[in-house]
Amino acid sequence: MTNWTLLQILEKYPFALAYFEQNKLDIAGYEDRTLEEYLDHFSELELEDQALDKEKILSDFPVYIEQMQSFLGVEEKNQVLSLTILAGHDKSGVTEGFEELTILTSQIISIVGPTGSGKSRLLADIEWAAQNDTPTGRSIHINGEVPDNKWRFSSNNRLVAQLSQNMNFVMDLTVQEFLNMHAVSRLVENPQSIINEIIKAANNLAGEKFDLTTPVTSLSGGQSRALMIADTAILSSSPIVLIDEIENAGIDRKKALELLVSSDKIVLMATHDPLLALIADKRIIIKNGGISKVIHTSDEEKELLVELEKMDSLIQHARQELRKGSHLSSEILA
Amino acid sequence: MNLIIFSGPPSSGKTSIILKVIASYNRRNIKVGVVKFDCLYTDDDAAYEKAGIPVKKGLSGALCPDHFFASNIEEVVSWGNQENLDLLITESAGLCNRCSPYLKDIKGVCVIDNLSGINTPKKIGPMLKSADFVVITKGDIVSQAEREVFASCVSSVNPRAITMHVNGLTGQGAYELGSLLYDEDQDIKSVQGMKLRFPMPAALCSYCLGETRIGEAYQMGNIKKMDLGADKK
Repeated sequence: MTNWTLLQILEKYPFALAYFEQNKLDIAGYEDRTLEEYLDHFSELELEDQALDKEKILSDFPVYIEQMQSFLGVEEKNQVLSLTILAGHDKSGVTEGFEELTILTSQIISIVGPTGSGKSRLLADIEWAAQNDTPTGRSIHINGEVPDNKWRFSSNNRLVAQLSQNMNFVMDLTVQEFLNMHAVSRLVENPQSIINEIIKAANNLAGEKFDLTTPVTSLSGGQSRALMIADTAILSSSPIVLIDEIENAGIDRKKALELLVSSDKIVLMATHDPLLALIADKRIIIKNGGISKVIHTSDEEKELLVELEKMDSLIQHARQELRKGSHLSSEILA
Repeated sequence: MNLIIFSGPPSSGKTSIILKVIASYNRRNIKVGVVKFDCLYTDDDAAYEKAGIPVKKGLSGALCPDHFFASNIEEVVSWGNQENLDLLITESAGLCNRCSPYLKDIKGVCVIDNLSGINTPKKIGPMLKSADFVVITKGDIVSQAEREVFASCVSSVNPRAITMHVNGLTGQGAYELGSLLYDEDQDIKSVQGMKLRFPMPAALCSYCLGETRIGEAYQMGNIKKMDLGADKK
């Protein structure tokens, strides 16, 4: 690759453009030169002025190309089909109350336990693909095997995507620009069709509709959440999604979970809302830094969930009527 | 003694990350000390003291903080050895985004936060590009998409670095970072003769020497003029 011209490099690896852009290398007019020849045109003064390190740029470039290529290949090859947690111990050294827990794609597991009980630690163990080398002594297997180290060190292949209540959009972009930027960073071939798919899915979740020209910072709480979930489901490369509570306002939470599950994600959801916790097949109980129990959602609980959902929709209905300006009467209970 | 150089823009979360990493060493009986470099003011030393960590601070005052770092690091390392530390961490804020305090053969960690904007990786020079580890903070308050885009911008300016997300509040990721940083076999007695990874920015004009008057007549030394293009006659 070192004797290739920049044009040849860009033809073979179009994503190399991002490397030049991020490193502020304006290659216009030098397409017929090699990278080294291009860098040679800078004077000593220019190199110093722009804080460019010629050798580092030259030696980093093949590393970057290799990373991006493996990243492109990974999506097809190394699909995550299951996540297994092997028990460790809690803060006092007591063995956890389960042996192993395997979660398949499209499954939802809820996590309950007070703040500070060890939810972050569990998440960190999964994200790091712990191998009995963290304070809990847990091990994580992917597809039933000890996972590849790439999950630890690659910045483009993270195991876990996170969605939490505190999250906000901080970029001053429209929905279109925002999604496009994300799609480009994921090297998507046809960004527009993915963008359309995401906005459609997001609007399907959000109580109030929005469009591609809306700035992301002016979306309501429910709309932001809907966009984040749709974007994570459709565009994120991470096979595991951790959700930290979804507020019961302005978003259809059940549909949101269905969307994630239909995108073959493994969903872990920290929640104390019975409507969400009981949707999960199993729930993990965390105490004193360890998993004290894994409970299967019983048939009775599933039946109860139906009743709870009825009560919930009653309250939702009353809320909508209030918003419209109607009088409420006891008839809504009928 | 191990030596690790932490650097990063102001308020990116360096102190929080260092405190969480040190906490993760508690059980391993590793004695850690910190030297905090700053420009005009810092009260981070109080945060370290509160955690029972030996700490020294250095304020560069009227001097360029990174030049100040380079001219003090040798003494700082001998302080660490006198204190019998197993690990000495230096923490300094990159104030003009051009400097980087990293030394060759010494682990360098750059801490930057997701809130600082998507163009930040482009704006920060050698401090980010020549780091061995890039720690991205404040991932809990921005969207997953922004986190992914930010990380991919970082890896395109520094593909060799290990990029990690660490939460300075909950400590998520700090144990893992800590396990990569400490090397039982490393024993730094002195940094005398070691080299900076990247030269500091040039300086030395009349304003470095206290000139306050504006105007070409008062400018001497290493002067650079903006290109104002067509407006110039």
